[in-house]
Amino acid sequence: MTDVPMVHADHIVKSYGSHQVLKDVSVTVNRGEVACLIGPSGSGKSTFLRCINHLESINGGRLSVDGELMGYRQRGEKLYEMSPAEVSRQRADIGMVFQSFNLFPHMTVLENIIEAPTQVKGIKKAAAVATAMELLDRVGLAHKAKAYPSHLSGGQQQRVAIARALAMSPKLMLFDEPTSALDPELVGEVLDVMKGLARSGMTMIVVTHEIGFAREVGDSLFFMDGGVIVESGDPREVLTSPKHERTQSFLSKVL
Amino acid sequence: MDPATEPIKAVKLRHPVRTAFAVVIVLLVALFVWDAATREAYQWPLVGQYLLDRRISQAAGVTLALTVLAMILAIVMGLVLAVMRLSDNPVLKAVSWFYLWLFRGTPVYVQLVFWGLLGTIYRSVTIGIPFTSVEFFTVSPFSAIDLFWLAVLGLAFNEAAYMAEIVRGGILSVPRGQDEAARALGMSWRQTMLRIVVPQSMRVIIPPTGNEVISMLKTTSLVTALGFSLELYARTRAISAQIYATVPLLIVASIWYLLVTSILMVGQYYLERYYGRGVAPQRAPENDPDVADAAGVDPTTGLSGDEIEAVAPPKREHQ
Repeated sequence: MTDVPMVHADHIVKSYGSHQVLKDVSVTVNRGEVACLIGPSGSGKSTFLRCINHLESINGGRLSVDGELMGYRQRGEKLYEMSPAEVSRQRADIGMVFQSFNLFPHMTVLENIIEAPTQVKGIKKAAAVATAMELLDRVGLAHKAKAYPSHLSGGQQQRVAIARALAMSPKLMLFDEPTSALDPELVGEVLDVMKGLARSGMTMIVVTHEIGFAREVGDSLFFMDGGVIVESGDPREVLTSPKHERTQSFLSKVL
Repeated sequence: MDPATEPIKAVKLRHPVRTAFAVVIVLLVALFVWDAATREAYQWPLVGQYLLDRRISQAAGVTLALTVLAMILAIVMGLVLAVMRLSDNPVLKAVSWFYLWLFRGTPVYVQLVFWGLLGTIYRSVTIGIPFTSVEFFTVSPFSAIDLFWLAVLGLAFNEAAYMAEIVRGGILSVPRGQDEAARALGMSWRQTMLRIVVPQSMRVIIPPTGNEVISMLKTTSLVTALGFSLELYARTRAISAQIYATVPLLIVASIWYLLVTSILMVGQYYLERYYGRGVAPQRAPENDPDVADAAGVDPTTGLSGDEIEAVAPPKREHQ
């Protein structure tokens, strides 16, 4: 089983009406790898990320996580749509962190973190609280357990959001521009948590504008533009000597 | 004290026109009160005599019971109708749309008359297989229902249509990211609605619902249409017919309606405070120095609690 890639996206197509957002995207991410997705806005990188946990359904291609097709079941040549309950079960194993944090504002930090473990996995509250406190400690926010999200800074909220995703013990973490909504001085604390996570061996796919992060912890880098992967490879190679003209012009603007 | 930080001492700006208006208004009100107090037609002794009459205070209790029970039922039905309307299921959507069309499109008075006639229209209902002689049993569905409960149903079915729209507005006011975050965590649609979306929508739902409760309190005076006569208005009318005095009993009824409305408003205040937690401006936890600059800003909308209050839908009367 270990040689099955964690994410295998094969010729993915996604369109809204007549507008094709993803045109033939193929990406493979192996277990324990950190893959970074960069590209101009509107290039389809966030959409692709949302296809991975089936928040968006794909129109073409095959997408599997840990060897299991997302949202569909294949019997012979035929594809069958999964029931919402089955899709939820698949999503429970995939953590996602959003640009705008999306913490639940009517719950305290602790309640945010234990919500899914107790409701979805049926873990006992005491056990969930213990795990939550460990995770909060890991992101350096154990003293904020009883605070409401509105009383936290953006960087603190995003660290809580990461802890909330980790509370489900995911096998894969998706990050959708996790630092784009943050004040510059708060970016570092979130990136530090993500680096720690990468070192612990978590498989991560990160849509980001933080080129430095991609260079430092990325195992692979994908440059997307216009709904296709223009260039991919080792981040240090792609970033220092991009082969494609579009990659060169994008990097010259952001570096 | 440092002259730069010394508080400003200045002569206050005067508002002569404002003052003049206030004097005129106070004078007019005083005149009206003095006139009313001495005017024969108001029959103040009778007002005093009947204000605390047992029959009337009991009727006020019945009115309050009608209001509360009808609203509870209407809120539950409205929630179900709103969720049906927002679901992906076209059948549920259509049913909800039809319900709203029917119950918002006809006057509540007409509906109440119909409720009163249901017992006559459906004298007996036979359950069996159509177009055959097979019959399982026959019931008289409405003869057994007490008029009080018929009134509750009549009021609730009408109100549910309005509550459905209020709830729908509340649900739509919750940012999409909340729904996505919950689903990304593996929560089902049901869990997402009940635990994440609906609790957050309460903040937007409660102010107009408070309005609906007060409106309902007054609508209960229409249930005579279906033959129920034990609530406040019908009771005071009956008494005034006995003693040939209309105005004093209208005043008695008004005082009771105002009293009950005031009590309901206090309840609304506490409900709003409860559902505003985590969003409304709150005192930051003590000995917590690093929250100062982030306090009170909603990450999902970027608005502070005050601003959110300001963009909540305006209160409205629908009658």
